[in-house]
Amino acid sequence: MSNWVKVAPLEDIPQLGARVVRSKEIEIGVFRLQDDRIYAVNNKCPHKGGPLSEGIVYGDKIACPLHSWKISLVDGQVEEPDVGETACFKTKIEDGIVYLELKD
Amino acid sequence: MQKLKLVVVGNGMAGMRTVEELLKIAPDIYDITVFGDEPYPNYNRIMLSPVLANEQTIDDIILNSREWYAANNIKLHTGARINKIDRKNRVVYAENGTSAEYDRLLLATGSKPFMPPIPGKELDGVQGYRDIKDTNDMMDAAKKYKHAVVIGGGLLGLEAANGLKIQGMDVTVVHRNEWLLEKQLDKTAGKMLQKNLEAKGLNFLLEKNTELINGNQDGRVSSVRFTDGLEITADLVIMTVGIRPNFTLAESAGIHCNKGIVVNDTMQTYDPRIYAVGECVAHRGISYGLVAPLFEMAKVCATHLANFGIGLYKGSVTSTKLKVTGIDLFSAGDFSSNEDDGREEIVLHDAVGGVYKKLIIKNDKIIGGVLYGDTTDGSWYFQMLRDGKPIHEIRDHLMFGQDSLGNTGHLGQNKAAAMTNEMEVCGCNGVCKGTIVKAIQDQGLFTIDDVKKQTKAGSSCGSCVGLVEQILASTLGGGYAPPSTSKAVCGCTEKNHEEVRAEIRTHKYLNIPDAMKGMGWRTPNGCATCRPALNYYLLSTWPHEAKDDPQSRFINERVHANIQKDGTYSVIPRMYGGVTTANQLRKIADVADKYAVPMVKVTGGQRIDLLGVKKEDLVDMWADLDMPSGYAYGKSIRTVKTCVGSEFCRFGTQNSTQLGIDIEKAFDHMWAPHKVKFAVSGCPRNCAESGIKDVGIIGVDSGWEIYVGGNGGIKTEAAQFLCKVKTAEEVLEYSGAFIQIYREEARYLDRTVHWIERVGLEYVKQRVLEDADCRKAAYERLLYALQGAVEPWGERVKNKALSKQYEIIAV
Ligand code: SRM
Ligand SMILES: Cc1cc2nc3c(=O)[nH]c(=O)nc-3n(C[C@H](O)[C@H](O)[C@H](O)COP(=O)(O)OP(=O)(O)OC[C@H]3O[C@@H](n4cnc5c(N)ncnc54)[C@H](O)[C@@H]3O)c2cc1C
Ligand code: SF4
Ligand code: FES
Repeated sequence: MSNWVKVAPLEDIPQLGARVVRSKEIEIGVFRLQDDRIYAVNNKCPHKGGPLSEGIVYGDKIACPLHSWKISLVDGQVEEPDVGETACFKTKIEDGIVYLELKD
Repeated sequence: MQKLKLVVVGNGMAGMRTVEELLKIAPDIYDITVFGDEPYPNYNRIMLSPVLANEQTIDDIILNSREWYAANNIKLHTGARINKIDRKNRVVYAENGTSAEYDRLLLATGSKPFMPPIPGKELDGVQGYRDIKDTNDMMDAAKKYKHAVVIGGGLLGLEAANGLKIQGMDVTVVHRNEWLLEKQLDKTAGKMLQKNLEAKGLNFLLEKNTELINGNQDGRVSSVRFTDGLEITADLVIMTVGIRPNFTLAESAGIHCNKGIVVNDTMQTYDPRIYAVGECVAHRGISYGLVAPLFEMAKVCATHLANFGIGLYKGSVTSTKLKVTGIDLFSAGDFSSNEDDGREEIVLHDAVGGVYKKLIIKNDKIIGGVLYGDTTDGSWYFQMLRDGKPIHEIRDHLMFGQDSLGNTGHLGQNKAAAMTNEMEVCGCNGVCKGTIVKAIQDQGLFTIDDVKKQTKAGSSCGSCVGLVEQILASTLGGGYAPPSTSKAVCGCTEKNHEEVRAEIRTHKYLNIPDAMKGMGWRTPNGCATCRPALNYYLLSTWPHEAKDDPQSRFINERVHANIQKDGTYSVIPRMYGGVTTANQLRKIADVADKYAVPMVKVTGGQRIDLLGVKKEDLVDMWADLDMPSGYAYGKSIRTVKTCVGSEFCRFGTQNSTQLGIDIEKAFDHMWAPHKVKFAVSGCPRNCAESGIKDVGIIGVDSGWEIYVGGNGGIKTEAAQFLCKVKTAEEVLEYSGAFIQIYREEARYLDRTVHWIERVGLEYVKQRVLEDADCRKAAYERLLYALQGAVEPWGERVKNKALSKQYEIIAV
């Protein structure tokens, strides 16, 4: 069953920036690229759990704020030579509002 | 879109390095086909010497396995020699009948051993030393025969001789000149080398010309005769008298050649669809026989193949090392003595200790050098040589090496060789020496960046980079070339920091997108390395005009607090000069209670730190504190540390506390290339530790002494004396001017010490002391830049829009 939740109006997420969404179970980083694509990933760096939402967004990647691992926002994969992956979540924009699909 | 076809002829070190560089920056534009006439995938030719010396095996030295080619969709034809290029129809043909069409062609055919026209050179057992087959032939011969003669006492010849000796043969090296390696060494060093090699059991015949090689009835070599009549037994003859660029294929296709395939600075031949790199080319009349220049060519060539149209190859300065275990030899640049043209020599010669060093200096710059016996400073000298660095300030110590300069520079200690494999090199990432050496050998790494990427060593705080560099140099031998210090900002651009700064100024870029567009950035919005640098350069060049981009700042500067390992933050309020009041302390105590702050700590910079604060609490906490930000998180002015001073201290000669407060207030909110720390002490007892600050001030009876470029961090650096002034106003003006010039000219992430390291203290003195107008103007510019600066915590307390980023969205 799909479980879409409202995040925020698009303009509340800065371009090349992020906002944090917290549910009971999980914290998710919701990222906005320069071209307004929106991606959401588990807000925990596969390295030592750094909050990815606080990193620098460039292209479609995020550089973790703690030790600069680079992670693709598109598929959650860590850039070489590091290895790891963080979970991705579906997003959509409807009428200027960003939504996120939580897994149940 | 249909991909273009790139065909590479020559599956060696230069050709494959070009392909690797190309894949890095433009992985998708070509279908790539590679032809190599050797039956192997690309291997590290340099390492054939260690293979011959039983230190490595052929498997160890493969650089790109067949799986690598497959994984990158490269069609590889081994054992396929190209013998025809049809330029009109753009097809190459191999001897074995294969052919391939191209849109662009890359020639990287390397070179061939030069076989001088000596009668008998075609006999069995007379060969060059160039590839795996040659190496295998030599190792096989060593099993069956006894007497080896190596003709040519250059680097290759000596490595061949050493290897054959280790394979169990009796080896004689024949050389035409008076001493060995006459191209790299002067006579003294050449003779020392000979003595050491004789001690290893090699024989030498110098000043001999070979006349004839005799054979036996089976057609195999049996002896070698010289012009003076001497004749010696030989079952194996290795010709190492030189190499010749291999350009027959290019020439037969009508491409202009002159002792090599002639290329321009973009590595194009006279046919613009055809590029050439490596030993086969003649660039500005020079053909190189070492890998470092070939790798530089590869980089430039790749950018053009990728259609970026940037990057010029302007020739290389080379250095050499001899890869014979137990012998340390390094030479670079022009070292021949010729006093007429203003050259000076510094020589250190310890015949008993076996150490010889000679540096040639001209116009205050190192232009060449030979090191024998102790080569630990080779990379350091070579770097100064390549960068054309003025040396007068360190001339007294130059000869005694980098260590004699104390701690200057973050280039590391010369202890790589003495370390065991288990010893830790990189404390941040826990990488030990053995891991690095293994990565260099197994994965064929050549640069510090490669090592950083593959092992993480040196990729964090950077303090071990010097050590990593030495490990790299000692593992690779002559294959290592230190990077020039003026490298590109990051992979998103070719331009270095200085070029970027200059363009921001001349074109008056005021925001990051314009700057990136104007300077041809390769990536749509940069990366985590270049964006913070660009943002800083824009703001420091065009204060009040350029647009600050919070998204291009590191998290700490974006949220004005310092992120902790668990994602919480620390809060350090300003306490000007380290002076506080009962009222402030009460507020801090209340806030600590109210927000259940896990730790309250007095910092090393004389402030109070509230650690473990949740992001969503920051703004409320600042509102309750009602104190300004201490900027303990920024590339900015940090703390001005002070001591008690003349107001209370029985030794105090000046009011250091007040001056510290005044400085911290005057320069509050100042962004900089890196953090900037001041200290003011009231007397030479120096309780505020002014000797290790970016600007350290010490009160004396008659005024204030100003020291600059100190650093107490990763590598402790004592600050250097700048000047003495009489009044507190002068301290502000002089130190402000110093900091402003640093702000305008240093590279992003340079502390003051690194900047001074590069430009020299003389330069700083000239701008700040000797040129009063320059000083005053710089100080004015600093005050102008700081005018109307807004205190960031208060601003976020007031402005809802700015504080939104601290809120968490609950679902
Ligand atoms: C809090 C404090 C330690 C303490 O509890 O005493 C501290 C804490 C940190 N230091 Fe420091 N340094 C502190 C005084 C120092 C000092 C001593 C001083 O300032 O007198 C030094 C040596 C002096 C110097 O900088 O030359 C120092 C040299 C460093 C360095 C190495 C800098 C260098 O250029 O070598 C780093 C790493 C960096 O900045 O890249 C660093 C980085 C850090 C960071 C910011 C690491 C980080 O990025 O998270 C630490 C932040 C933890 C936090 O949020 O509290 N810290 N750090 C001190 C804060 C001073 C203040 O009141 O503002
Ligand atoms: C024993 C030894 C030790 C060395 N030590 C050092 C050192 O310590 N430091 C250093 O800097 N340099 C050293 N060198 C030199 C270094 O190896 C060369 O500079 C480097 O390999 C040249 O690279 P390249 O790509 O131009 O040529 P190569 O690596 O020779 O590659 C050219 C390739 O093209 C192939 N080829 C040629 N013509 C054709 C054709 N028509 N069709 C198909 N394929 C063709 C060749 O077979 C060869 O495989 C050493 C060399 C040797 C032999
Ligand atoms: S020395 Fe500084 S950077 Fe290192 S752990 Fe302590 S506070 Fe952190
Ligand atoms: S926690 Fe993300 S890089 Fe270390």
